[in-house]
Amino acid sequence: MLNPDLVGRTFTGVTSTLVSQEALDLFCAVIGEENTEIAPPTFSISITLDQSQTLLQDSGLDWSRVVHGDQRFEIKRPIIAGDQLVCSSTIESARAVAGNEIVTVRSDLHSGDELVVSTWSTLVVRA
Amino acid sequence: MNTFHADIVAGAELPTRTFQIDRALLVQYANASGDQNPIHQNEEFAISVGLPNVIAHGMLTMALVGKYVSDLAGGSAAVKEFSARFTKPVVVPANAVVDLVVSAKVLQNEAGLVKLELFAVVDDVKVLGMAKAVISTS
Repeated sequence: MLNPDLVGRTFTGVTSTLVSQEALDLFCAVIGEENTEIAPPTFSISITLDQSQTLLQDSGLDWSRVVHGDQRFEIKRPIIAGDQLVCSSTIESARAVAGNEIVTVRSDLHSGDELVVSTWSTLVVRA
Repeated sequence: MNTFHADIVAGAELPTRTFQIDRALLVQYANASGDQNPIHQNEEFAISVGLPNVIAHGMLTMALVGKYVSDLAGGSAAVKEFSARFTKPVVVPANAVVDLVVSAKVLQNEAGLVKLELFAVVDDVKVLGMAKAVISTS
């Protein structure tokens, strides 16, 4: 079970993720995007998925039972190669529905003081 | 080129486009995104956890719809918001090619921003719900 005391708390990574041109190339190739100078709209998930699991690893959230319910992105500017992005993740809400837990995790990626992208994932933790 | 001009009004329906998904694309997406969950690659494992077969990453479906949006917008730089609910899994049997049919409707075109409702359908079943995007036209 998720620790309810952690709802609303933000966990910020201590290290940044360097976005490589190779990472953009690989992601663009999957979807047939020829412009590899900027990241496609959903590229940030490749950073936030891993980072949020690490940042929230002591939250009691059982990632092995998680089903992705929905996903939202607010993109302030496109990610580019060379960006050094720091992830901060917040459990914005958690509620029980029919024995499952519905958890909303917000993850923001910052480059220095600049907010680059905000993402929200609704996770259904199956009973 | 951006598809949108001031004369594109709310209610306008935008061209349909089909993306093809197969097992090789799932492996490619897993490697590009870092999501190596075996339900997206290993048929035996997927069935053992109650799925009908290997399923596509919801985020792969969303990435492909994102490509549709980027192309309408004249490039990814114009995509400001993008959201979707994963309503039905996209089942990808071995040696099959699954058609993901994507289309959109204009909800609003005002003040340099176009709001779109997006549709993603496999075998006549909607696989995304409440899918929306906001594109800058300026």
